[in-house]
Amino acid sequence: MSKTITIDGKTIPFEEGQTIMDAAMAAGVYIPHLCHQPEFTPHGSCKLCTVKVNGRNCSACTYPAMEGQDVLNETEELIDDRKKITQMLFVEGNHFCPSCEKTGNCQLQAVAYHLNMLDNHFPLFYPDREVDASHAEVMIDHNRCIFCTLCVRASQQKDSKDVFAISGRGIHKHLIVNAESGLLKDTDIDATDQAAHICPTGAILIKRTGYQVPIGERIYDHKQIDQVSLSTEHPKHGE
Amino acid sequence: MANKIRVATTSLAGCFGCHMSFLDIDERMLQLAEVVEFDRSPITDIEHCTNCDIGLIEGGVCNSENVHVLREFRNNCKILVAVGACAINGGLPAMRNHIPLEECLNEAYLDGIGVENPKIPSDIELPLLLNQVHPIHEIVKIDYYLPGCPPSADVFWKFLTDLIEGREPSLPYELVHYD
Repeated sequence: MSKTITIDGKTIPFEEGQTIMDAAMAAGVYIPHLCHQPEFTPHGSCKLCTVKVNGRNCSACTYPAMEGQDVLNETEELIDDRKKITQMLFVEGNHFCPSCEKTGNCQLQAVAYHLNMLDNHFPLFYPDREVDASHAEVMIDHNRCIFCTLCVRASQQKDSKDVFAISGRGIHKHLIVNAESGLLKDTDIDATDQAAHICPTGAILIKRTGYQVPIGERIYDHKQIDQVSLSTEHPKHGE
Repeated sequence: MANKIRVATTSLAGCFGCHMSFLDIDERMLQLAEVVEFDRSPITDIEHCTNCDIGLIEGGVCNSENVHVLREFRNNCKILVAVGACAINGGLPAMRNHIPLEECLNEAYLDGIGVENPKIPSDIELPLLLNQVHPIHEIVKIDYYLPGCPPSADVFWKFLTDLIEGREPSLPYELVHYD
């Protein structure tokens, strides 16, 4: 007998060591997330995967699955919380989708579409952030960074480099690169590095590739992120 | 005629692209005209709002006149709708928010390439620019939002027909785009 939890009343099996997110994904249950990718150590920072476990809010990507847990995922309250979190992510940066080359392929946008987010609700911050276009092939647009740390983890765990880090706290938090000049061109990043491709938003981009696929024919123009996430992030559900 | 739904529209700091997209409902405009009458709008050239059921606002707020027009719409429209990216988050015009206003004016009217007779316009008829561009929900209460740059004709159609037929307006996944 394998151990089980329930998610929204559905029985889900899990193996020792799996998180709630792991178990859900293996069973084909989508829990919205932005800072999580199964191949990297979970970070639990974006809070989009907040679920209610036996009555308490937890991040599904970091919380271990345990026998008998009663997990709530798609409740009106949680969906509303996730929408508010996404709205906060939008107003905290400068996310102008019509002028962003990641539009249609952006996971932040896709999660917002999935949650039927039609407005920003909060006042916009319009923070003053820089663009680092110093590198020949890779660029950083800090306006769009949501501090998910996927680039930090990808650089360390997959590329065996240490190109990115997060510095500062609260509203002063920002992405930094490992170079005395602070410029991407003086790091050892390559356009083939996984860290250069992992960004869920348009903060890290490969130059001269942005419009190879026209707007309207991009990933999330026709498919919802739940479908895409389950099929690309978990091999069992691959198409 | 007296029972027609009154609709007003305007473009603040917008490009009229949302209005153009609205016109893309094409022949459905005839169906709409059977139940809807336009009040203040570029379509009618009526200068001020009277009591309306629905106000459609394109564009954010970039100058003092935008603020007055927006308040006039809020005071006269039962339902006020933010139409398009600029009304919702300031959009393209808000990309000037990081540049001091004086620098923007200098670049546009004094130092820019190809500027002739450099002079910053100062006619008293011109509305004063705000330091930053703002989305309209920061100024008045907004009842509904239609995202898109522009929202497609089908978004306008779905929203207006929902309202007219007495349903709570909603946009399905395929009609929600921010680009």
